[in-house]
Amino acid sequence: MKNKDYLYELEAEAIYILREVAGQFDRPALLFSGGKDSICLVHLALKAFRPGKFPFPLVHVDTGHNFEEAITYRDNLAKKLDEKLIVRYVADTIKAKKLQDGKGKFPSRNGLQTYTLLDVIEEFEFDACIGGARRDEEKARAKERIFSVRDEFGQWDPKMQRPELWNIYNGKINKGENVRVFPISNWTELDVWNYIKREKIELPSIYFTHERECILTENGQLMNTNEFVTIEEKDVIVKKKVRYRTVGDMTCTAAIESEAYTVDDIIKELKEAKISERGATRMDDRVSEAAMEDRKKGGYF
Amino acid sequence: MDLLRFFTAGNVDDGKSTLIGRLLYDSNSISTDIIETLTRQSKTTGTNTEIDLALLTDGLRAEREQGITIDVAYKYFSTDKRKFIIADTPGHIQYTRNMFTGASNANLAIILVDARNGITDQTKRHSIISAILGIPHILVCINKMDLVDYSEDKYKQIEKDYLTFSKQLNLKDISFIPASALAGDNVVTKSDKMTWYKGKPLLEFLETIEIAETKQTNISRFQVQYVIRPQTDELHDYRGFAGRVVSGSYKKGQKVTVLPSGIETTIDKIEVNQKEVEEAETNTPVVLHLKDDVDISRGNSIVPSEYLPKTEKEVTATICWMDNASYIPGQKILLQQNSFRTKALVKEIIGKIDIHSFTQLESDGTIKLNDICKILIKTAEPITFDSYLDNRNSGAFILINENTNNTIAAGTID
Repeated sequence: MKNKDYLYELEAEAIYILREVAGQFDRPALLFSGGKDSICLVHLALKAFRPGKFPFPLVHVDTGHNFEEAITYRDNLAKKLDEKLIVRYVADTIKAKKLQDGKGKFPSRNGLQTYTLLDVIEEFEFDACIGGARRDEEKARAKERIFSVRDEFGQWDPKMQRPELWNIYNGKINKGENVRVFPISNWTELDVWNYIKREKIELPSIYFTHERECILTENGQLMNTNEFVTIEEKDVIVKKKVRYRTVGDMTCTAAIESEAYTVDDIIKELKEAKISERGATRMDDRVSEAAMEDRKKGGYF
Repeated sequence: MDLLRFFTAGNVDDGKSTLIGRLLYDSNSISTDIIETLTRQSKTTGTNTEIDLALLTDGLRAEREQGITIDVAYKYFSTDKRKFIIADTPGHIQYTRNMFTGASNANLAIILVDARNGITDQTKRHSIISAILGIPHILVCINKMDLVDYSEDKYKQIEKDYLTFSKQLNLKDISFIPASALAGDNVVTKSDKMTWYKGKPLLEFLETIEIAETKQTNISRFQVQYVIRPQTDELHDYRGFAGRVVSGSYKKGQKVTVLPSGIETTIDKIEVNQKEVEEAETNTPVVLHLKDDVDISRGNSIVPSEYLPKTEKEVTATICWMDNASYIPGQKILLQQNSFRTKALVKEIIGKIDIHSFTQLESDGTIKLNDICKILIKTAEPITFDSYLDNRNSGAFILINENTNNTIAAGTID
């Protein structure tokens, strides 16, 4: 029976959660980044709400350091689906709030995007923000609820989480607070790819192998050369066949060497992979053991 | 490939984290970078082994600092045969609520018993909670067998003690495995030190157990989550009731009743992902269309007319109190059952359940954190329900504090 298949069960759970958001909140939003996880969320939203329109806009916090392919994909998708897309720019927040931009060789705007996110939540009075985070990504995320209540300052308090039982989601909040909702909490990276395969979902091209000029860093990561990264004479520049396992900012997401041309190739590659998704590609989590827990406490999604 | 959700309860001393760590580690579910981080962390905060597997599951700073599990963590792994979701829950009595939370969705409970200590208060507590939550399968894992010289007698004694104790709980399916998580005996591979044990090692057991459904799941239940009304020119009259088939199945042309209103009508059309289907099975997200234009809103049930659930304004239930603030009957609260929410109040505390003996004690008139009580609850709107032991989906609810919005209790209807 197909309803015994685990992908079917994960899909049903995610659609159920999306419909709970629609039923419980007045002004929800779907945080869309152009990455594979949020692309899956949009696909799930189609299954949850068509032939109706989405009961929420797509919202993107644009750091200005995004891959062009992801941005193009984002704009085309919103047009094709005829759904509302709201984009707010970290660069504008930096200017308006006189913030210090990311510095160093690989300047990160990862911390700065929290300001823009909290501003856009305030601007539109969003009471729920749907995100594509998964519990298998990181161990602080493994502890977070599917409906994760944030206070007026967007902060997560891991010790004060509401118990979450069965399929009952309590999204009741006071004005000013909001709930971050993670419909694919229980999916792993491999589940996402198996789903992309089953549903034949199109993705930005950078997920598949291509030739790219990269800096080979001291700890062996391949960082894309681009206008935001300072290239020094001592840098080792290499041209490799690479792909991206996650699509974050160009300045803090590393590429991996790959021969994967198709979704099937990627699934095969993942099954053999020895390194976790964030471990392979993110510079931002390497800072400390509790890096993610601390960022979430500060309002990060 | 199907999915098994199970939970384990306990603390580092019980070998719980080691057991989970062993399952993940020996089934190649941990990436090398995480092992590297663990090795580094184990050197600074770790306890005994070279790689402290507990650090894998205790994700919060406070947990690592104190060496205990406070909140539920979810872990994922899969083999060629099955995908698994583990709810890793704390074992201490002061975190009973967290255990209740992690166990609510599980199909199987792993009850860890230290072979040296046999059945303890903790074993009893975890078993009683599993019974209240109607967990279909109980696996008693008798761990640390290496510390009792892999003694068959010891194992047999614990098995006998457990079966005697658990008779009153009505647990449906109980299995036993002797193991040593630390040494790896009977976790992923069969132990050569306990040849007297003829059963499967833990992983194989988890991979092959046939997942039982609760006995009434063939009775159809559906609750409206959201009404889809596009209101466009070409879909002017479209009005679809979106929700999940909670149990059983729904067919086109079926006679149904809308509750609580009691209006009878017929299913006109069933849509799954915008395609019309003749029948939709359990767990399918659907959009139902009805023949008659009846007034239906979120939280209403659409059920087969020949198998009606109960619809009442007073129900008796067993609740686990989860809020730090205690409660006195009569105070107004909210009750939520899936997508249905109503004002409610506890009218009477019928009794308090002793969590170590399963006997009903007299209540002192208040409900406190981690209390498990039998109560009579009164709702403002009638609630449509089945007994929890017949249907885990339509017999469960949570209580919400109207002021703080916190989830303050979880309940199962008698």
